[in-house]
Parts: sequence; structure tokens; C-alpha cells
Amino acid sequence: MAIPLSWWLTVAAALFAIGLYGVLSRRNAIGVLLGIELMLNAANINLVAFWRFITPQALTGQVFAIFVIGIAAAEAAAGLAIIISAYRRRRTVVVDELDTMRW
Amino acid sequence: MDWIAGLLIPFVKALVLVVLLLTGFAYLSYVERKLVARFHVRYGPNRAGPFGLLQPIADGLKMLFKEEIIPRHADKLFYLMAPAIVVVPALLVWAVIPISNFSFRIFGYEITFYLTDLNIGLLYALAVAELGTYGIILGGWSSNNKYALLGALRTSSQMLSYSLPMGTALLSILAVVGSLSLVDIVNAQRGLWFIFLQPLGFLIYFITGLAETNRSPFDLPETENELVAGFVTEYGGIKFALFYMGEYISMMTTSALATTLFLGGWWGPFVDELPILGIFYFVLKMSAVVFLIIWVRASLPRVRFDQLMGFCWKFLLPLGLFNVMVTATVVALWG
Amino acid sequence: MAIEQALQIFVFVILTLMTLGGGLAVVTSRNLFHAALSLILSLAGVVGYYVLLDAGFLAIVQLLIYIGAISILILFSIMLTRGLMTPRQVQRNEQWWIAALVVFLTFVVLIVALWQMVWPIADDEALRTPNVAISQLGEALVGPYAIPFEIISVLLLVALVGAIVLARETENNQGSHAEAGSSE
Repeated sequence: MAIPLSWWLTVAAALFAIGLYGVLSRRNAIGVLLGIELMLNAANINLVAFWRFITPQALTGQVFAIFVIGIAAAEAAAGLAIIISAYRRRRTVVVDELDTMRW
Repeated sequence: MDWIAGLLIPFVKALVLVVLLLTGFAYLSYVERKLVARFHVRYGPNRAGPFGLLQPIADGLKMLFKEEIIPRHADKLFYLMAPAIVVVPALLVWAVIPISNFSFRIFGYEITFYLTDLNIGLLYALAVAELGTYGIILGGWSSNNKYALLGALRTSSQMLSYSLPMGTALLSILAVVGSLSLVDIVNAQRGLWFIFLQPLGFLIYFITGLAETNRSPFDLPETENELVAGFVTEYGGIKFALFYMGEYISMMTTSALATTLFLGGWWGPFVDELPILGIFYFVLKMSAVVFLIIWVRASLPRVRFDQLMGFCWKFLLPLGLFNVMVTATVVALWG
Repeated sequence: MAIEQALQIFVFVILTLMTLGGGLAVVTSRNLFHAALSLILSLAGVVGYYVLLDAGFLAIVQLLIYIGAISILILFSIMLTRGLMTPRQVQRNEQWWIAALVVFLTFVVLIVALWQMVWPIADDEALRTPNVAISQLGEALVGPYAIPFEIISVLLLVALVGAIVLARETENNQGSHAEAGSSE
């Protein structure tokens, strides 16, 4: 391997930070979801990199990356259904304006 | 790393494959027009050259010299990218399709008739073929036209839905062979083609293949009576031709995959003695599947959109899952 | 050998530009549709990472599920929830600069921590021959990891049913393509 482990981890950390910024700063609920997808991918890069460099014989890292992708699929389906449902009721997907629970 | 074996040979092979496929596309459109004309008791194209054989060249030239129109409110970058995105995935699938086990040696380098034998070839084919959906979504969205957008939404939901039953058909093949490599799959069919072991699987694959390539009777995106021309409404000239190129090449790709997975690939009489015959058999079987697709187009009327989705989710998918269950049980008990 | 290493580094740099550049466009683009398309670019970069890390199966899974299904689902819901060609509107909330600060600090902490840590990297022999057998991956999924695997299946089923129930139109009929978006 020409690329050392720390490079992979640095890239993953950067991607995680970018995703976190998206989650914190977006007004649109779908934009928030996009940020979460980036963070999940950063976690996956870490899992696969650890598998490749620390336990290349055991398959734990790959198995957990598959689980993360499965969870991402479930999260996207449920999250987008909620967003579409909210849009239908309130005509907006801006998270600040979805405030009926605020007292 | 030997750069001749590692870079030059795959590059030349890919170039030959792409040139062949593009020529194949031109003449496939000619063959389809001729065949459909015959089904309709017409003559079809017969003016350009003997038997109209120069018709594709005439069509191509005409398309090239059309005026280049870009709608003013279109998203220009994606509007121009979309036709290319349709064509490229259909070509990429050919990287794993094994045409023949015949190989010859040139200057000590072994030349085989496939680009690569990937150990996950089957999954690769399924995943890459699905990417063509993006060309359609982008084309429909970037034209900024309601008919185009509706056509794109329909097409992409159709393609996504039908890739699930197609997956079940491929899964039953996988259960029988136990390998995802397409070369292994063809080798396993040496004695018995999988169309006889998996008739249901072939049927499901063929129907979903029609839907994936937007062929009749599933050519919903082009229902002229309700959607004008679907996602190609705002396209003209060479970009329009590119969308058609994508459709015809994915038709060939689907046929080639059907040949590889169900019709025994290169196997046929006397292949053991004369391996070069395998190329001939492969092309023959592929042409037979292409003919079947055109035949279906000439015979069946178009279905309605709700029928299309209902058929996929309520009939094909349960049928496919049932097929996988039976196959897995048989393989587990007697495999 | 040296050429191969240089090639790997070259590919890594290109993929990093794709992944991080795409990611930055995801969080900064004012047109949400473009943001979603940049997400696809970023995910494609991650596919390349998996290939570089010898995890070919995961690369295909990423292509098939993330790019082939989840991203299209997101594009669908963007098309269904907003005016199509009205891209220019403010996408940042007023706390964006606090967010940027917090994120920068998080990043610095992560970087410092991971560069100081001494990782227990496997020995050379194991590094050269990673276990890439897909059949073993399958056996691991139904063997030692059978329970998490089953839980994931239940979770996906629940998400599927929940998504249909949530997105189904009940009282007012507002067009039929909302169903198509949620049926994935």
C-alpha cells in the first residue's frame, strides 16, 4: 500500500467535518439529510481503512460497513418520507419553519 | 508492471469493442426498421444504397447537420451531459462480458476475448447498468419542461422498480453457480444451458430487460399521446441521436447478458475442437435475443403506467422471490 | 513497483479532490439539486477509495445502493418538494458561522488525535494479502454476525412500511407521482 493509514483517516475526518457543517448550517431538511449521508460515508471510509491496515484477515470492518450502508438506506427512506409528508401538510421543508411543537 | 499487458492491450481491446458497438448501433437501427416494416407488411428503408443499406449513414449525417438548439432556461451543463451519461454505462458493462474462451498469442502476449474477468462481474453489470437512469433524470430535469420532467420521473421509477425483480433472476443464477464471475457462469453451462434449469429466471430477466431498456411494451417515457416525447422532448439533432444510441446499446448489452447468463455464452457444437466458433455462437445467440425484443415491439401494445408498476411490484417481484426460494432449497438439498 | 506506487498516489489525489470537492459543494451550493448531484460525485469518489483499499465488493455495494438507489430517492424528493427551477434562495441559517467554528474545532481535535495515535498496524505479510473472499464475507454475515444482520433486515422492513404509511396520500389527492418516489 502506497498510501499510509493516517492519510485515509485524515480524508475521512475532513469529509466528516464537511458533513457536520452541512447538518448544522442547512435550512432545508433535505440539505440536512445530504450532510448526514456525507458523515456516514466518512465513517465507512474509516471502517474499511481500519480493516485494510489493522485486521486485513478478519472481515469485521467490511461487514460493519455493509451494515452502515443498510442503515443509511433505511434512514434515507424514512427521512425522505417524513419530509414529503411534512411538505404536504405545511408546504415547506425549511426546518426553522416546522415549529408547531414549539410552545 | 508490464505496461503492454497492463495498459496497451486493454486499451486496444476497449477501442475495438467501442467501435464495434457503435457500428452495431447504426445497423441495429436499420435492422429494426426493416424488421418492423416486414411485420407491418411494408418495405422499410430501401432508397439509400442497395436494400437501403446506407440508411444509417444518411440518418447520422442528417442528425449531425441539424441546428443546435439549447432551451434558454435549461441547465446547460447537465443538459449537455445527460445524453453522454446514458451511453457510457451501457458501454461500460461490456468490460465484463466474456465473448469467447478463444485466445491467441501475439508477440508472447495472450489475447483473450474479454476485457476482464472480475470476481464480482455479475454485480458489476447490475450496478453499472443502473447508472443509465441518471442520464434520463438529468435530461428530464435540465430541459426545464414539464413533459420532460414527468417522463423522466416515470422512466426512473420504472427502471428502479424493475431492477429488483432482475436482481432476483440473477440471484437464482448465483445460487446455482456459486460464483459472481461471468466466465465461471458460462463455464458452468457447458453441459446444460441455464434457460433449461431456470426457465422462470429467464422469463423474468427478459421482461425486466425490456423494462430496463425502455423497450416496447414498456416504452412509457415515449407515450406521445400523453407526454409528447417524454424526457427527450427538448432534445434535437445529435443529442437526440445519442439518447437513441444509449437505448440501442443497452438493448445489445441486455441481449449479451442474457446470452451469457442463460443461453450458454460461447458454448455450442464443436466449440471444443474449434474454439473460434464460440465467437460466432455468441453473436448468433445475441442476435436471436435482439430479434425477440424487436418481435415483441412489433406485436404488443403499450401498457398503462399503473399497470406497469403494479405488474412489477405485485407479480414479478413475488414470482422472482419464489423462484429464488425454490432454487435455494433445491441447491441446498441436492446441490 | 515505484511506478505502481506513484500511480496509486495519483489516483488517491484525484479521488480526494472528487470526494472532498463534491462534499464541499454539497454543503455550500445554493441550488439544492446541484447539491444532491455533488453528493453523487462525492459518493463516486468513495467508490474509488474502496477499490484502492481492495474492498471491491463494498465498492459495488456502494455503487448499487448509495448511488443507484439512495441518491435517486433524494433527487426524487427534491423534485417533489420544491419549485423546480427556482434555485436561488438562501440555504444557510443564521447560525452558520457558529457551525463553521464548531466544525473547524472538531476537525482540529480529530486531526491532532489521529496523528498522535500509534496505530497497531498489521505486519507486512498480512498487509500484502488481505482477505477479499466474497464467500467468506457472506458466511460471516450469516454466521458470527447473523443477529445484527437480521436486525438490519427488520429495520429495513420497518423503514419500508413506515415510509409508505408516511408518504401515502390520505385525504386530498395531489397527483400520483408521490407514490413512485416513496416506493423504493
